[in-house]
Order: sequence, then structure tokens, then C-alpha cells
Amino acid sequence: MKILRELAHHLKGYWGQVIGAWVAVIIEVGCETTIPFMMQPMIDEINAGANDVGKIWFYAGWMIGLAIVSMLGGFLGGYFASGASAGFGKNLRQGMYYKIQDFSFENIDKFSVSSLVTRLTTDITNVQFAFQMILRMVVRGPLMLVMAFTMASITCFGLSWVFLIAVPIMGFGLVFISIKVHPTFVKVFNTYDDLNNSVKENLEGIRVVKSYNREDFEKEKFGKVSYFIYQNFAKAEKLLAFNTPLVLFTVHGTILAISFLGAHLIATDFFAEASNPFTVGELSSFFTYTMQILMSLQFMSMGFVMVIIARNSAERIFEVLTEKPSLASPENALTEVKDGSICFDHVSFRYSASGTKDVLHDINLNVPSGSSLGILGVTGSSKSTLVSMIARLYDVNEGKVSVGGEDVKSYDLKVLRDSVAMVLQKNTLFSGTVRSNLSWGNENASEEEMRQACEIAQVADHIDSYPEKFDHPIEEGGTNVSGGQKQRLCIARALLKKPKILVLDDSTSAVDTHTDALIREGFKSKLPEMTRVIIAQRVLSIKDCDQIAIIDDGKIIALGSHDELLKTSKVYQEVYESQLGGGGDFDAE
Amino acid sequence: MPNNKKRRGRLSFKAMMKNLGRLLKIMWKEYPVHLILVVIMTALSTIASVIGSVFMGRLIDFIDQDLLNGATTIEEANFAKLGEMVLIMAAIYLVGLLANYAYQRMTAVMSQGVQKKIRDQLFNQMESLPISYFDRRSHGDIMSIYTNDIDSLREMMSRALPLVLSALISIVMVFVAMIIQSWLLTLVVMAFFVIELISMYIITKNSARFFIAQQRALAKADGYIEELTTGQKVVKVFNYEERAKKGFDSLNEELCTYTTKAQRFSSILGPVTNNLGNMQFGVLALIGAYGIINNVPGLTVGVIVSFLSLSKAFMNPVSQVSQQINLVSMALAGAERIFALIDEPSEQDNGYVTLVNAKAGEDGNPVETEEHTGKWAWKHPHAADGTVTYTWLKGDITLDHVDFSYIPGKQVLKDVSLYAKPGQKIAFVGPTGAGKTTITNLLNRFYDIEDGKIRYDGININKIKKADLRRSLGMVLQDTALFTGTVRENIAYGNPNASEEDIVNAAKLANADNFIRMLPDGYDTMLNNAGAGLSQGQRQLLSIARCAVADPPVMILDEATSSIDSHTEALVQEGMDRIMNGRTVFVVAHRLSTVQNSDAIMVLDQGQIIERGDHESLLAQEGKYYQLYTGGKALD
Repeated sequence: MKILRELAHHLKGYWGQVIGAWVAVIIEVGCETTIPFMMQPMIDEINAGANDVGKIWFYAGWMIGLAIVSMLGGFLGGYFASGASAGFGKNLRQGMYYKIQDFSFENIDKFSVSSLVTRLTTDITNVQFAFQMILRMVVRGPLMLVMAFTMASITCFGLSWVFLIAVPIMGFGLVFISIKVHPTFVKVFNTYDDLNNSVKENLEGIRVVKSYNREDFEKEKFGKVSYFIYQNFAKAEKLLAFNTPLVLFTVHGTILAISFLGAHLIATDFFAEASNPFTVGELSSFFTYTMQILMSLQFMSMGFVMVIIARNSAERIFEVLTEKPSLASPENALTEVKDGSICFDHVSFRYSASGTKDVLHDINLNVPSGSSLGILGVTGSSKSTLVSMIARLYDVNEGKVSVGGEDVKSYDLKVLRDSVAMVLQKNTLFSGTVRSNLSWGNENASEEEMRQACEIAQVADHIDSYPEKFDHPIEEGGTNVSGGQKQRLCIARALLKKPKILVLDDSTSAVDTHTDALIREGFKSKLPEMTRVIIAQRVLSIKDCDQIAIIDDGKIIALGSHDELLKTSKVYQEVYESQLGGGGDFDAE
Repeated sequence: MPNNKKRRGRLSFKAMMKNLGRLLKIMWKEYPVHLILVVIMTALSTIASVIGSVFMGRLIDFIDQDLLNGATTIEEANFAKLGEMVLIMAAIYLVGLLANYAYQRMTAVMSQGVQKKIRDQLFNQMESLPISYFDRRSHGDIMSIYTNDIDSLREMMSRALPLVLSALISIVMVFVAMIIQSWLLTLVVMAFFVIELISMYIITKNSARFFIAQQRALAKADGYIEELTTGQKVVKVFNYEERAKKGFDSLNEELCTYTTKAQRFSSILGPVTNNLGNMQFGVLALIGAYGIINNVPGLTVGVIVSFLSLSKAFMNPVSQVSQQINLVSMALAGAERIFALIDEPSEQDNGYVTLVNAKAGEDGNPVETEEHTGKWAWKHPHAADGTVTYTWLKGDITLDHVDFSYIPGKQVLKDVSLYAKPGQKIAFVGPTGAGKTTITNLLNRFYDIEDGKIRYDGININKIKKADLRRSLGMVLQDTALFTGTVRENIAYGNPNASEEDIVNAAKLANADNFIRMLPDGYDTMLNNAGAGLSQGQRQLLSIARCAVADPPVMILDEATSSIDSHTEALVQEGMDRIMNGRTVFVVAHRLSTVQNSDAIMVLDQGQIIERGDHESLLAQEGKYYQLYTGGKALD
């Protein structure tokens, strides 16, 4: 119910069309159920010898007229329903997309990116489709049922009770089958995931499969999953095979019962010389009502199945729509970051999801504006988490992070993030051109500014080598440039923000050591006022920093300059030795 | 690059028929009895329903004319005959109903069975394809054959085919039933039929146009969403939200416009067919009435009543078939892709030299044995004189003037010659794209060389059966593909007959034992999603263990370039060093220590070996190697 209410919000601006569709459906159904009502006197008239041709013309005219009105009703219904459902899909998609724009990193992590994508695409398509199907059905089904039943009762009250038996049989039967089949289908779809997974693994690991000669093993594994799907899917479809016979059984059974009982009624009325006898024409219109009533039931059961299928999608959309963004700008927020100084004051942090353990514990750091900080630590030591705090991508649990002398929580988020440029570990370039990607940093950047940023990031030469220069196309995910170029473009993009603080999270790992050094050189000489925070695996990348922090298990275990750490920190000595004293990097890109 | 747009291309009619024929052939081969019965049962069920409609008219006529004929009281009415007629009809309907159930059930089994057959065939074929096939196609495209294409095939087999079959039968039957009863009313129905066909043609043609536009808009919007949401964290960091919304809005608006148009057009069809039917009722009654007045022979109220349902039974299948057209053409386009994969030529293997267990004979030469000796020999039959020679498997590899290209004309390797004595370590260094990895892929014949020779223990590798060649070569690749299953199963992947002890020993050798024991279920821990829960380093340790358990005499290693932390890196390195011990090793090297310890270093550039030698001699040359080596330290 809550879900329905939430979804209904997204019909905003389209309620008129929804109502329009319903009105049109009412007209349509009204006409359709009146048509047999017109047919019966006509048939009786023909039966009586068709003496009064005028009368037949009258009824036939009515029938054709009603059919035209009903057709127009159908057109209008389709017209409005299409508009309403497309609009509903649009609103829902927009509502969800806008909502996600307000999500903090924490919210994004909670759902995971791939799940958000599925919710925004597949789930919305499912719900929109179901809505489109159901929109008219919710009115048409019950209304048709009631109207046809009423008309039948008016025609002959004494026969209409047959429907009271037929309708429950069919209704319950159809619902029973749907409910019975559903779990098997769920099982099948889950197994489909296994199947896809098997194919995917074999595509990704085809070299491994072939080098260990495990083709037969993989075939057998796949065959098992494939057989399981066959078994269950066939089982479900065999159950579904009861559907049509059930419909046929009720429809034909009803028609036969009505014929038999109707014949009796005709005979009784005839001999009783009833004033308003049951006629053959009425009998034949009963057949039409039978079809209308039972077909509307079948449609409703289809709607029911549709709702079952779409329910999961709707729930998952609902979760996103009702998620509370965990971060927001404060009221009376500061709109200017004074300088690039950073201060961590007894900062502790844990991801709410994973619970009790501190991911960062009692971090204290003081980075003066314009200085540089290097961060070193093993995978999983929370280096990335630490730097995320500077741009307030997460909120601390204890302590305070200050930028430019003020608590990060007191800034407008946009202002803060404009001043703190982050080059994330998982870099992304977007489809478009070099220019369109760079413009992420500054929409209004001139070509001159772009060139400067690219020069500092050591990627200007590459761009010059493209015939289209800055208009060189970039494919989705930046797959058409090398890893090193991608990282350098990402740095240039960040520099275009003219940030007071630049955070590089392992952003030069694919850049060779020489170029890496040139980039750092460029920061120093061209952007001396910019504070730099650099996470790296390579000691070379950070050894010239003013301060180096070594992180282990969320704590700072050593802090100082290169020379100091060489004297004081055993860990630093070891790392330095292993990397530069004979075990170093031999990458030659 | 193949992309989604190309996949939506439509097939020519001829190609569609070819695919349909092939599909029917498979159905016929796998389920001949089912297929015949389905056809019979479908026909039976259709015929029953047509006869039902005709009989209905007879029943009405009977009630109208004969029931009370000559009866003076209700007792004299001919209820016995009425009961008889109703029972006959019930029997006919029952037959139809049972036939309907039977064919639906059999269709379910048949369509699922054929689907399974095709799926298995696809996979089996896929496993046998050469590596180059996978280079040419995106994984997504291949995946979608298994999902979308097979799915639309199922829809076609289980829904469309029976429907079309029953529609055809019922159109013919109904037509016969109509023409027998009244040519006049048949004419009316035919007139409406023509009108319906024309309106259907106009509507579907237009709605198909909008539908394609809608699909395109949807693909565009979904693509945008996918790309931007995948980079959502970048969006946040760059304050790009408002601009992202703007881009989204325009695509969303476009999608809404086209969806509305497409749906509006396609929603016209229902009311049109429906109400054409209703109008037809009126016209039938009117003309029927005139017919009766003018004493057209054979025309009765019953005939008119039965025409009311016959006319529906004639029109409905037509509109049903028209609704299936899209589905069928989609399914047949999918079938094209399915059959294309199945027809893809398998990896060729003309090798006849095999690897056998051997023990040393009296003269020290290998003798073939049944039991597992831990020693292996190449069994080399000579067709010319019918003799068989045995050679010890030692791991001696030579490349002799090897040329290679992935795409004809674009040479990747030029005149590469090298040799590796058993137990030697050969390192390849050089810039990205120099051909280091390519050389290793030639050794196990993932690709075949263009010119020159590769010899393994003196035997041309083209003569060795691929499975045996690969069994004798271990591989540790950069991208460590793991499979869903337990850690134990993943390690045993290299040798399915490995004992528990072998597995643990291999893990220990690879330095993986420690971390495996820390996992929640140790060696029984399930790995999902290609080991998503493990770190890059841990995955590498597992792939080393996997290779260790296979215990091959020759190993190919591709060192990882991606950054892993120093501690794990040290473990990986140690594991690698241990496993390399005593084997012939080809290593695509990135680390100085690996390079320095090598017996020979090949410096590659643009597909050629430009320098070779050991570390010291190469440094002394002061060439490319010297540059590479000192490059990292130039700034110290």
C-alpha cells in the first residue's frame, strides 16, 4: 500500500489522462455490453419472420452506432492510457534519477552501483509496462464483469445465476494456477543467473579452461544447470498448460448449461404463455455475455500475474525513492573556502553498514595550505576512506575534519567539493570527447586553460598527436585510451576546477615513474598554492612530500618527512628497500 | 567492434525461412513423436472448437424450430433430443479441451527440450572455439545469445508456432464451415476481413516505425543512465549533478515522447478489430434478415447465430497471427546468431604426438606404462614406417624464425628465434604492445604461427595433440579467472585427480595456504562472482596454486602489473619464485627481481627481439634494456 501511494505521486501531471482513460473505458464497456442487448430483439425479429424491416434497420443501426462509439472510446482510452503510462514512466525515472543525485557515497555504497543501474533501467521498464497493462484493466475488467452480469440479469434473471457458479470456478482456478506456478518461475529465473554466470566465467576464463584442458568438465557443469532449467521450466509450463483448458471448460460448460436451461425456459414460458417470454434472441445474447464475463476474468488474471511480476521491481524502486540522503549542506552554509589547509582532529569513522569496527581510528593530521601529504599503506588500510573525509564524502563519527580552518560540515557541499578536487582510485571517463570530459572540471574552461591543465598532467602531447586534438572521441569508460593516459586525463580534469586542495588516490599507478615525477614537478612549480594529498603504492611517488603518513588498519603508525621516516620507521625502511633496492618496478610503459 | 545497434538488423525473408527450416529440423530430430502429436492435437482442438460453433447454430435452430414442434404441453417437448445434442456438444468440447491440454503440455516439453539442446550445443561449440573467436567478439554479445536470443526462440516455439498452426487450421475450417452454411453471409465476412486486413496493415506498419524509435530512445536513455550511474561517485566529486540531470531530462523527455507515440498507435489495433467485429454483427443480422425475407435457401436464425461466432473465429486468428509477426521475426533473427555460433569452425587439432606415462627402460630411454610414474614421454608414431618412438618430456623449447600476426598483414612478431633449455628461466621485457604476451600464447597454440617453427623437446608443436601440449604447459595469467565453487575446487582445477594433500601442498608452495585458512570455511569457502570477495593478490596466489597442482614441466607466467600492496606482493613473488624452481619458465616480467634472476632476457620492441642476454651483459650493452632499467631511477 505504501508502495502504491509512493508510486501514485509520480502520476503527477498525468492524472487528467488517467481519468480520461478510465472515462473512455467506461464508455467503451458500456457500448460493448449494450450491443448484445440490441442484438437480441433483432434476432427475435428475424426469427419472427423479419416482417418489420424498419425494426431490423433500427437495431442494426444502433449496433453499428454503438460499435463506432465504442471504437472511439477505445481510441481515446488508448490515447490517454499511453500518454499516462509513458508520463508515469518518465516521472518515475526522473524522480529516481534526481534522488540518486542527492545520494551520498554512503547511500551509493548501500545499494551498489550495479544495483542502482538495474533499478533505473530494467525495474522501471517492468513497472511502466505493468502499469500500462493494468491502467485500463483495473476499470475494464471489473466493470465489464458487472455490466455484462447486470445486462444478463436484466435479460433473464432466472438464468444469470449460472455465472455465479462459473465465475468463481474460473477465477479461483486461474489465480490458483498463477500462485502455484510463480515459485517455480522464481526458481527458474534464479537458475538463469547461474547459467549466465557459467557462460560469463567461461568467456572470461576461456584461456584457463583451455590451458588446463577442462572443456569437458565445463560442458558437464553447464549441462547440469541447463538440465535443471529444462526440468523446472517444463514443469512450470506444464502447469500453465491447464490455463486454456480451464478457460475452455468454464466457457463451454457455461454455454452448454445456458443452452440447456434456456431451452427449458423457452418451453416453460411458451406453455405458461408468459407475458415476457424468454426468446432465442435472448439466449444468443447470453452467449455473448458469457464470453464477455469470462474473458474479463481471464484478463484480470493476466493483470494479477503482471502485478506479481512487477511487484519485486516496484519494491526495489520504492527502496530507492524512500532512501534518505545521508549528507546535506547545513543551513547558513559557508560559501567560501579560505585556503587549502587540512586538519584532522581525533577523527574516527566506521561505515554504518559494517557496524562496530572503526575503519579510521583517532586520526590526527595537520596539513598547511600549499604543502603536500603522502599516504602509504597496505590494501585495506583505509587510505581512501581517510582522504574521502576531506571532501566530506562521508561524515566522521568522532572528531572533526577542517578545511581552510573551518569544519567541513559548515560548508555548502558544492563549495567544498569545488575547492577539493578528488581523483578517485576508480577513475571514470565518459563517452564523448576529450573536451567534454575535461569540461566536467569547469564547464566554461577555455581551450587555453584546458591546455595548461593537460600540460601539467603530462597529457598535452598525447592530445596533440590526435588529429582532432581536444575533440578526439572518448569511448564509454575511456576504453580507447591507455590506462596511463586515462589517469592523466583524470588529473587534468581535476586541475581544471582550480582546486585549493588536490587529492590523488593512487592516480598515477599506470603512469611510468619518469612522467609521474614530471607531474609532481608541475604541481610544485605551476600550482604552488595548491595543497596536495597523494596516495600511492610507489614510494617514489610520495617520497618528496612535506609529510608522509603510513596507515595501517585505520591508524597512522608513522608520520614525518622521507628523511625522518627513513630514520624512525622500520616499516618505511622496509618498503623503501624492497621497492628501490633491487625489488623495484620494471614497468616499461 | 560489434555493437548493439547492429544486432537489431532485420533478416531477409529467405534467411528467415532458412533458419525456421533448420529449427524445425532440430525439433523433428529431437522430438518427432511430440511434433507429430502437437500438430494432430492442435488440429483436433481447433476442429473441435469450429465444430462447436457450427453445432451451436444447430442447437439454436433446434430450440427455435423443433423443440416445441407438435408439442401441446411442456411434457411433450423434445427434451430428450435437446439433452442428446447438448451431450454431443459436451463430448466435442471435451475432446477439444483434452487435445488443447495435450498439445500445450507437449509443446512445453518440446520447446524446453529443444531449447536445452540448443543451449548445450551452443556451449559445447563455444568451448571448442579458438581463442581468436573470443578476441573478435564482446562478451556481452555472446552472453546475449544465451539469454535474449534463446529466450525469444522459446517464445516462438511455445507460443507463436502453435498459435500460427491453429490459426491456419481454424481459418481454413471456419471458411469451409461458413461457405457450407451460407455463401451470402460468407461474403459479408470476407468483406470485413479485407477491411480488417487493410487497417491492420496500416496500423502495424506505422506502429512498428514508432516502436523502433521508442526502442532506440530507450537504449539511449538506459545507456546514459548506466554510464553516468556507474560513474556516480565522479559525478558527486565534480558537482556534476545538475548537469547530469539536464542531460538525463532531455533523453527522458525524448523517450516519453516516442513511447507515447508508439503505444498510442499500437493501442488503436485492439478497438479496431474488436469493433469491426461488432459492426459485422449488425451487418450480418441485417443482411441475414433480408436473406430470410427473400427466402435465400438454407438461411435460418441458427445460421445467423452461428455466423456471429464463426465470424469471430475467422477474424481472431488473423489478428493473433499479426501480433506474432514481430516476435517471430525477432526470434528468427536470434536464431541466425545462434546458428552462426554453432556453425563457427572449431579449433583444429591435427596433432598425433601424445603424452604418456613412462618409466626408464634398460637403456635409459622411456618406455610407456599404464601406471602413474610421475614421468612423462612424448609418444610419436611415424606414419611412414609404422614405428613409434618415445622422447622424454623435458621442457626444451625452441622458436625458430617465428612470424605471427593476429590480423593478416599486420605483423605482430617478426623473425623471433630463441631457445630455452630445461629448467631455464626466460624473461620477456619491453614496452606494452611489443609482443611479449603474444609469444607465450603461441607456445600453447592459442594461436598458430604464420611462418617458422616452434619445437618442444625437438618435436614440432603442430604435431602434438593440443590437449597434451597444454597439459605440459602451466599458465599463470595476469587476469586470474576463478570459477564459482570452493577454494579447493578452484585449486584442483589444474588437476582434477589431485588428492587433498596435493592441493594443500600446492597452496603452501604458492603461499596461499595461510590466507585460505583464514577464510570462513577454509578450503571449503565458496567463491562467487569470480572470487569477488578476494583481493587481487589473493586471487593471484590461488591461480599460482592452481598451476602448482598441475605440476607442469614448462610454465608461462604473466606477472601482474596492477598495484597490490607490498606485503601480498612479497608473498606472490615468493610463491612465483618457488613454483618456477626446476621448471622451464617463460615470464612476461615486470619486476626487476624476476628479470635479474633470469637465465636469459629477451628485450622486445615492435615484435622483434632487439636485445638478448643476461642482466649484466645487457646492462653493459647500454641499449634499450639499459634505458628501461635506469629509467626508473633517472630521477634519484
